[in-house]
Amino acid sequence: MSADTPAPAAPKKMSPKERMAIQRQRMPEQDATARAANFCEVNLGLTEQVAMLEAQRCIQCKDPKCVSGCPVRVNIPRFIDFLSKGDLPGAAESLLGDNALPCVTGRVCPQETQCEELCVRGLKGEPVGIGYLERFVADWAMQNGGRPAPKAAPTGKKVAVVGGGPAGLTAAGELAKAGHDVTVYEALHQPGGVLVYGIPEFRLPKQIVDKEVQRLTDAGVKIECNVIVGRTYTLPELRQSFDAIFIANGAGLPVFMNVPGENLKGVYSANEYLTRVNLMAAYEFPKADTPVLVGKRVAVVGGGNVAMDAVRTAKRLGAEVASIVYRRTKAEMPARAEEVHHAEQEGVAFEMLVAPLEVVGNDKKWVTGLKCQRMQLGEPDASGRRSPVAIPGSEFVLDCDVVVVSIGTRANPLLTATCPELKLNKRGNIEADENGMTSLPGVFAGGDIVRGAATVILAMGDGKRSAKAIDAYLKSTAA
Amino acid sequence: MHRIVSKAQLSPNVTRLDVEAPRIAQIRKPGQFVIVRRGPRAERLPLTIADANPKAGTIALVIQAVGKSTKELVALNVGESIQDISGPLGMPTEVIEKGRALCVGGGVGTAVVHPIAQGLHAQGVHVTSVIGGRSKEWVIFENELKCLGDVVVCTDDGSYGRKGFVTDAAKEILTAGGIDIVYAVGPVPMMRAIANLTRPFGVHTIVSLNPVMVDGTGMCGGCRVEIGGETKFACVDGPEFDGHKVDFDLLADRLSTYKTHEQNANTCADGTCRVGLQK
Repeated sequence: MSADTPAPAAPKKMSPKERMAIQRQRMPEQDATARAANFCEVNLGLTEQVAMLEAQRCIQCKDPKCVSGCPVRVNIPRFIDFLSKGDLPGAAESLLGDNALPCVTGRVCPQETQCEELCVRGLKGEPVGIGYLERFVADWAMQNGGRPAPKAAPTGKKVAVVGGGPAGLTAAGELAKAGHDVTVYEALHQPGGVLVYGIPEFRLPKQIVDKEVQRLTDAGVKIECNVIVGRTYTLPELRQSFDAIFIANGAGLPVFMNVPGENLKGVYSANEYLTRVNLMAAYEFPKADTPVLVGKRVAVVGGGNVAMDAVRTAKRLGAEVASIVYRRTKAEMPARAEEVHHAEQEGVAFEMLVAPLEVVGNDKKWVTGLKCQRMQLGEPDASGRRSPVAIPGSEFVLDCDVVVVSIGTRANPLLTATCPELKLNKRGNIEADENGMTSLPGVFAGGDIVRGAATVILAMGDGKRSAKAIDAYLKSTAA
Repeated sequence: MHRIVSKAQLSPNVTRLDVEAPRIAQIRKPGQFVIVRRGPRAERLPLTIADANPKAGTIALVIQAVGKSTKELVALNVGESIQDISGPLGMPTEVIEKGRALCVGGGVGTAVVHPIAQGLHAQGVHVTSVIGGRSKEWVIFENELKCLGDVVVCTDDGSYGRKGFVTDAAKEILTAGGIDIVYAVGPVPMMRAIANLTRPFGVHTIVSLNPVMVDGTGMCGGCRVEIGGETKFACVDGPEFDGHKVDFDLLADRLSTYKTHEQNANTCADGTCRVGLQK
């Protein structure tokens, strides 16, 4: 759709009965066979007509439950109402006022466990496709521009944001809107954090992240790349030059399985595998200089979104067999339902109730397999999930030449090591209250460095809440 | 952007680039490195900060041109710029406070030994450097190290200094006694040989490891090395480690991971291969 397409006339007002009769619209997708061999986006986006039809399905609840399911509290019925009436600029303004990165969240949020889970239409039938609609409105706004968000007068206060990922970028946007002078310090050469190094092109095109970042810099946010807080500057140094700091440097340290053979050639952390392919564009090697091992048989250990990203990446790089190795069943996998579904369509194999014991290699120290054992589900553990129990004598070797370990990440101590006064928990995560306030005055933190590895939208929620708290803090300290 | 202010050819395949990086020049410590990315689509390369001039705001990068990325880096000229330099990364060298240190450098590793010797010299430690190369033209940083202490030069062919390997000269110095610590940087076989040499002498030996890296901040774990049976990330836990505990076989082996890729990239770059050029 382009800017000069006339908006369809506002549809006639539908009765609730008519609205209830509309079935949930399907997201057009790239054909599964074709897409398993390319890195282009899988979901193609709704057309304006279909989006408006889907928007009609929202019955505009007086007490919208969906909003409470959203970590950034997007006023969902409001933007959908604008959309259903064909008022796209209105829908865009409403959405962008609530959410700094809607093109991103419309693509990567686990809507089925957040807004859409609470949608009343889901009680009987399928919930409104809130994620699809968010993506539609956000993409429309990106293509057609929108009024820039109103900006407060400069406050003269300087805020440093450590980390240019979802939490940091969201906070930066909000703080700039409030009139503060914001500088984001990003450790890598490109801002976006997990949005550029972790989430693959086929799920979130990098161009979209670039444009979202551009929107922030247009709003006055300064972004300095290649600055590692903890190395290039210490936290105490930043405290001297800024009135407040928001730490959102993520949970960037990969966790390995700690099994024999894990340092063989062909074993990657999901972080390394995805960073090579996404940030460094190794899928274009040798046109891009960074290589990646393209396995014939790739085993990805783990069941989260990152594991799905890795296994689908392996398939696209040309793996004949790309498998998920997970010690529980599909039902317990923490990955977003759509990702699992897409992976299945693309021919990913699922080795369920299987736990790795050892990475096996040849005399040249290349991976040749993953020695595993079969599991069965026992009693529920602390997380409420039934814990896997090994079946004696069930060991077998899964043939593979690349293993990607995707069992989580933990806090990177680079920054916190330069500031011992900053209170951490046992896992090395920064302790912060619900507003992101840490043990140090003026220092706030949010996202994975506080929560441990979580989702983009939870990090964004932290960014938004902390920005509010920082704004209040700066006003309270104003001379 | 980081402008190149001077460029010098140190040996047939080793080039020194002095580039603008004011903050890093000011705060870098011996043993630390930077990650360099020439421009779009280029690799992120870890390079030791061989020297720094805080007043001029420049750091010295010493690059051995072996692969496509390093060749393209050294093809840059004075006045041109490197897009990204991040750092300083890694733990600074564990510098002893007094006594005598033996610094052993092989090939381009000599450039990595230089800042260590600088740090030791600044502490007032007596530094003896043993540096080597295949022949005279491969010996680098001799004059710089001479400013910091005694220098023994070894060449494989005897075309300069003494004939033989750095290990031979190092052995004599260790046998003479009085050495409190050894620092060794060079090709993996050389560092392994030095570690094996110093072990019976019971002299603490530090080596600087150069595994494959991507981000340099602990994020990817590609630089995994084993130290005393424990996995460490060279980028954040190192790059310098106790040479007596390093699993050199693993290091050498992991360094060969992308050998085929490097060969392909090289043939593509020099025009003998068409892969990736058709579109």
